[in-house]
Amino acid sequence: MKPMDRVVSRTAILPFENIDTDRIIPARFLTTTERAGLGRFAFNDWRYLEGGADNPDFPLNQPQAQGCRILVSGRNFGCGSSREHAPWALLDYGIEAVISSEIADIFRSNSLKNGLLTIVVDENEHRALLADPGIELVIDIAEGSICKPDGSKILFNLDRFARHCLLNGVDQLGFLLDAETEISAWEIRRADNPYAMESAA
Amino acid sequence: MRPRTIVEKIWDAHQVRPETNDTPGILYIDLHLIHEVTTPQAFSELRTRGLNVRCPERVLATLDHSTPTSPADADGTRAYITAEAKHQVDQLEVNCAEFGIELNGWESAHRGIVHVMGPEIGATQPGMTIVCGDSHTATHGAFGALAFGIGTTEVGHVLATQSLLQRKPKTMAIHVDGKLRPGISAKDLILHIIGQIGVGGGTGHVIEYCGPTIEALSMEERMTVCNMSIEAGARAGLVAPDQVTFDWLQGRLRAPRGADWVRAVAAWCDLVSDAGASYDSEVRIDASAIGSTISYGTHPGMVTPIAAAIPAARDAQEAKALAYMQFDGGQALIGQKVDVVFVGSCTNSRLSDLREAAAVMRGRKVADGVRALVVPGSVLIKREAEAEGLDAVFLAAGAEWREAGCSMCIGMNGDIAKPGQLVVSTSNRNFEGRQGPGVRTVLASPRVAAVAAIAGVITDPDAFQERAA
Ligand code: SF4
Repeated sequence: MKPMDRVVSRTAILPFENIDTDRIIPARFLTTTERAGLGRFAFNDWRYLEGGADNPDFPLNQPQAQGCRILVSGRNFGCGSSREHAPWALLDYGIEAVISSEIADIFRSNSLKNGLLTIVVDENEHRALLADPGIELVIDIAEGSICKPDGSKILFNLDRFARHCLLNGVDQLGFLLDAETEISAWEIRRADNPYAMESAA
Repeated sequence: MRPRTIVEKIWDAHQVRPETNDTPGILYIDLHLIHEVTTPQAFSELRTRGLNVRCPERVLATLDHSTPTSPADADGTRAYITAEAKHQVDQLEVNCAEFGIELNGWESAHRGIVHVMGPEIGATQPGMTIVCGDSHTATHGAFGALAFGIGTTEVGHVLATQSLLQRKPKTMAIHVDGKLRPGISAKDLILHIIGQIGVGGGTGHVIEYCGPTIEALSMEERMTVCNMSIEAGARAGLVAPDQVTFDWLQGRLRAPRGADWVRAVAAWCDLVSDAGASYDSEVRIDASAIGSTISYGTHPGMVTPIAAAIPAARDAQEAKALAYMQFDGGQALIGQKVDVVFVGSCTNSRLSDLREAAAVMRGRKVADGVRALVVPGSVLIKREAEAEGLDAVFLAAGAEWREAGCSMCIGMNGDIAKPGQLVVSTSNRNFEGRQGPGVRTVLASPRVAAVAAIAGVITDPDAFQERAA
């Protein structure tokens, strides 16, 4: 993962709530064994008309949404399945940050591991962002802030480890592999009574 | 010691390294279930980095999502939807062979939907940490295991280190009291619960289902309830193990035996939340008030008693959902024309579910113009159902009796309906397009689904039974 410290872009708005992972990438595109090139399927069943032409009514197809890398979506974005194809498709489609008032757990965890920033803001801030499409935001990951064009800032919480990994491009698998001695030691202690519910640590 | 919930007990026992402000904890994983869809990229990552699977004996694989549910030809050819789907299945076979992982593949009697297979062979046990690259992993929580879905990157983490970086989840207790009315199933109960707490109600939490109603459920019913925890946003849901659990598990292929069994049960008996343990949130549900429950919108929180009118849209989101479903607020659900009925999925494809559907279909005919598919959850369930003649009941009624797999729950294998068709489905998701582009899904119990197949329209099973009597 490449280090990233900020995302600067105009916002595109998807005002719908509960956008599930079947919307983000329909299941019939999951038979792939690759992770690259899934952007063409992002929001497939909204984005294209029957026959394959772009659906002019889909918000992200509209001219003002072109080139936007920050997506502001309705509440509970990314609910549904655990498919990591969802963040892979969004990133490949050009989205670098998703802002909502609620983001589903597994989707958020998958996204942060791939460098797709997920930001939860409170309902008032959320409503204001939804009502103001196309404004340029500066997301500062180190500070945990979104700066609006008028200079005002929205602060957001980001798990400290996730932030550290984004800022430094940390490979989480490498982090776990470094714990090998501890994992082995734990296994040896656990082998004494594999069913016990006391802490083996 | 401070009183702890079951979740905390399992967590503490599996914590290799505790979490701090700066870093998540390291959690050891007892059992890693895998299938063809969410693993190929993880194996590729291992190869790229020159890594091995750390504990192949803790990984168990099956084929379920992209697999055809029609039988193979005489020459063994299977009707895959695309060459890519076949390649994905072949790739899992290659990956398992290369890394020494047991695969319940095409030739195995235990091949089946991953969340049906784990419990069936006794691989799923109380107190375990269980993960799978699949959001319905919560199903295994029915046994008092901490089981949750992960993404493909994490599948790679577990393959390589048998561990995960995790922060302790919040806990939510759902106390269920009151006796379920006759004919009302665990599916009605969980749909009702999701309707109460909402599709995001469990986000960030592990749900513990408890109370007399839950204790009175069979293992199959507990699996149905835990299965749909994710539909309320919760990554995991579980039930304290008890005698019902132990009786179900004893003697299964991978269950402990002899002295090990005795030792295991003694430890599992401690898997209850201590008196005074605190939860981050608590909800109470009265089960005696629940009737046949059915979904009418495009997420599983949009549910209603079957005999009630479709609720009017409360906002633009719900109006959009109703428009997709071609329903109007105030209209009756009963009497809506049904095109397809699907009995199957990790929610409702076990033997008890098939019996429930067969009890309705026995001696009756699927209505003209309705396609009914019955898809058992595993090869073993298929054989058991055939041994008691359920296949004959379904076939005589004019329903399709298919090979085990996920089938129309997700439609990856080509088992889909046509745009605009209404499917009454025993699966767990009614998202737009889940069962094919433009397809309208109504979630229901096996009994409600079977009644809909016979009547050809959505029908209240109570009224149906009276008419038949
Ligand atoms: S049956 Fe449906 S929900 Fe269950 S594992 Fe298969 S696709 Fe997922």
